[in-house]
Amino acid sequence: MEHLSEEPRLPAPRGPLSAAVEDYLRGTGPLPAPGQAAAAPVYGDDLQLALYLCYELHYRGFAGVAPDLEWDPELLRTRVALEDRFLAALRADAPRHDGVDDALAGILVEPVDGTGVSHFLRDEGELWHVREYAAQRSLYHLKEADPHAWVLPRLRGRAKAAMAAVEFDEYGGGRPDRVHARLFADLMADLGLDPAYGRYLDAACAELLVTVNLMSLFGLRRSLRGALVGHFATVEITSSPGSRRLAEAMRRTGAGPAAEHFYDEHVEADAVHEQVVRHDVIGGLLQDEPHLAPDVAFGVDATVFVEDRLGDRLLADWRAGRSSLRTPLDQELAHVS
Amino acid sequence: MPNSPSDTPRRVTVRRKGPLLVEGPVEVELEDGTVVSSDRFRVALCTCRRSRRYPWCDTSHRDRARESGES
Repeated sequence: MEHLSEEPRLPAPRGPLSAAVEDYLRGTGPLPAPGQAAAAPVYGDDLQLALYLCYELHYRGFAGVAPDLEWDPELLRTRVALEDRFLAALRADAPRHDGVDDALAGILVEPVDGTGVSHFLRDEGELWHVREYAAQRSLYHLKEADPHAWVLPRLRGRAKAAMAAVEFDEYGGGRPDRVHARLFADLMADLGLDPAYGRYLDAACAELLVTVNLMSLFGLRRSLRGALVGHFATVEITSSPGSRRLAEAMRRTGAGPAAEHFYDEHVEADAVHEQVVRHDVIGGLLQDEPHLAPDVAFGVDATVFVEDRLGDRLLADWRAGRSSLRTPLDQELAHVS
Repeated sequence: MPNSPSDTPRRVTVRRKGPLLVEGPVEVELEDGTVVSSDRFRVALCTCRRSRRYPWCDTSHRDRARESGES
């Protein structure tokens, strides 16, 4: 897996905004004009890819892009303009709960007759659905826990210690073969997917980019530390039961042992993480900074909102017998291991 | 975890609803004599007996409702 350490290639642009950002990253053109950023649909492919490109410089960057563009003032100005639109849209469109407990109450109840993506995959998912799901989610899982690590210096005491402990677990407890991103790469290999970082950026739909951009936004802005913590709690709370269904889907479709293991591990790990994040990370943060409660609730609500949009998109495509990817996997060269 | 915890009492956190939280690593001896272990920094032990991964919590203690809304 030597290619895991290589920087990914820049993806194909999805409109004038992302094309201009890519030209700038390559040093071949100017950044998009302010009017362009204001005109693009906020959850659309073009704006979300442009934002994704800006964020990715803070993770692993791209081949052929100067690493120091991460701190280029003009590029940061563009990013913030896109980000402000994204943030304003989330604040306007996500459901709104007054308190953290109210926001969390909805996701702490398990639906008897759930109709989400994990229910679909468990009950009727075929191998091609499972492979598409993994390709889409690889944009996050191959950097699993990374956007959340940025919050550590912004927490104190109990919240910091608890957050660091959960991150330690996400990063394999000191064992490289147990790093969750590595476990996901193993799952991808089981599914005949290419586990190279960023490999499926071109294929991922806009709704998926939105979910990863949300984490990067909350992770990178200190002012949104409350939202990051609320987001993280939502991921951990919903992960355990969802992972159980996905593990069943992996078993039923014969995805392979590493694919099953990834979700089995998350059933158990996230049942613990949920408790620690709710009681010690959120509890500790709100003890230190009680004024952040509305931000924590916003982080929960915004995460539920973007995940629901992604779920609706995937299920709409799959129920219509369509691929959810921009580049269907069967049109690619298979890399079956 | 970095420091040896052997000279300090092991913390167990009890909640009215939900698992028992124990500082890891732990070994659990089940009724049939089987011993299972977990080396997580903290371990969530099922108290509702509904877990399908008993003795580990798998969030099966949660209330269930008829309306859906999961992703």
